[in-house]
Amino acid sequence: MMDLQVKLPGLNLKNPVMPASGCFGFGKEYSRFYDLSLLGAVMMKAATGTERLGNPTPRVAETSSGMLNAIGLQNPGVDKIIAEEVPFLAQYDTEIIANIAGSTIEEYKEVAKKFNDAPEVKAFELNISCPNVKEGGIQFGTDPDMAKEVTTIVKRASDKPVYVKLSPNVSNIVAMAKAVEEAGADGLTMINTLTGMQIHLPSRRPLIANKTGGLSGAAIKPIAIRMIYEVREQVNLPIIGMGGIETAEDVLEFLLAGANAVAVGTANFQNPLVMPEIINELPKTLEKYGFSSVHDAIGKAVFV
Amino acid sequence: MRKVEMKLVYARQIAEDTIEMKLEDNYITQIAEPGQFIYIALPNFTLRRPISIADVDREQKQLTILFKIFGRGTASFAAYEPGMIVDCIGPNGNGFPFDTDKMEKVLLIGGGIGVPPLYYLGKKLKSKGIEVTSILGYQTAAQVFYEEEFNQLGETIVVTDDGSYGEKGYVTDIITDSFNFDLYYSCGPTGMLRALTSKLQDKKGYISLEERMGCGVGACAACVVSTKNEQGYLKICHDGPVFPAKEVIL
Repeated sequence: MMDLQVKLPGLNLKNPVMPASGCFGFGKEYSRFYDLSLLGAVMMKAATGTERLGNPTPRVAETSSGMLNAIGLQNPGVDKIIAEEVPFLAQYDTEIIANIAGSTIEEYKEVAKKFNDAPEVKAFELNISCPNVKEGGIQFGTDPDMAKEVTTIVKRASDKPVYVKLSPNVSNIVAMAKAVEEAGADGLTMINTLTGMQIHLPSRRPLIANKTGGLSGAAIKPIAIRMIYEVREQVNLPIIGMGGIETAEDVLEFLLAGANAVAVGTANFQNPLVMPEIINELPKTLEKYGFSSVHDAIGKAVFV
Repeated sequence: MRKVEMKLVYARQIAEDTIEMKLEDNYITQIAEPGQFIYIALPNFTLRRPISIADVDREQKQLTILFKIFGRGTASFAAYEPGMIVDCIGPNGNGFPFDTDKMEKVLLIGGGIGVPPLYYLGKKLKSKGIEVTSILGYQTAAQVFYEEEFNQLGETIVVTDDGSYGEKGYVTDIITDSFNFDLYYSCGPTGMLRALTSKLQDKKGYISLEERMGCGVGACAACVVSTKNEQGYLKICHDGPVFPAKEVIL
């Protein structure tokens, strides 16, 4: 039996595969397709202090090998998520990770404090890199000092491990990773989407109502791999890697680059069964390339 | 709602840029209701395409879809040949509600590629003894389709924007006070639905909406519509695509 288990701060993952935040809602819809207990963990959709309605439509547009989205953090607010969504996910044998977002440091702190009292939530993903909201989000994710500050505050406000989600929309990803490491982050998740735009020829207008959106899907995988490689060389935090994963081979590539676990986003839209299929395929893929466990493959890319 | 493989058994072009296909399977065809849609994957395209169900033959295990070639994805689907397998999720969404005890006459109003889902609905209603009148709007004569099929259901008026076929103008120009109906059902471009729901604001009706979709199953919140009550946004793929006309803000 191939050992797929991964132990990370706060998380005992039966396998390294989980849905990326925002691509899976709170799991209900996909539970109609398969048993969510098959998953290593579930990263919930972002929670803010109060309900957010999000951006006008259209909110998505297809691109070559990917898509743009600008949902705008639509969510019912942290209280409703704790009351209605967390209990649903808690029925399953999988780890729950809460994604925390906000416009201000106070809002991040308030959301973290509330989730801290929910024992079913095992860790936080700190969303400092959403490119699609006007205030907050991305500024925290592109300025190392602000990233450090918000991480420090959230760490102080709670006892749960904090994974900081890094934005690729920076010139120096290592500086961002080091800043949140100094602030006490327990891990990193990377990468969020890349800011992009697509113009519709007949109307000469951007296809996305928000004008810009976050690019995801297969198109961004090489960027994610490069950034994980760069961060792994200089930062000791565990990394949950994401960006364009569609197959078990892609998972292995992320592990080799230095990720400890992975998240699948856009691929769920094309194939709602993609995660169970990847989990089923992973042992064979690891074996094919000479690995005896997931752990055995982490960081094993050869760069000399 | 399941992910299934459907077999393409028939395909033809029935109007300008408009393709009719019949797909076969054992699951979707047995439960699909008028107004629901299938969500098809195309090789080398990231997002699936939502296509409304135009007709279902449960005995033959076949459903009919119609779609318009708008871009590269729909063009690649139009090139599929009978015998090929289509990767589908379905049936998705909620269909057109109807209570045949509480209605005698209905009006169907379709615009362009919004016409197809009304056909399966009209067939069902007619089979239950409801009187069906249809107004079908198209841009121009070359784009007219299914006139004969709707004629079989009841009185049918075709209208074109440029007057090249049938009446000239918009579907809303045709509806006068002389039309007598208990309920209306409509699907078409947002501009048409906006004009129609405003004109028929005193009538009860249901409209089917379209939007660019992400997951297509209610998880990603890409395809939302504003509502008039306190619920905020509703998800078109999951809560719709059919909504009471008075509930949504277009």
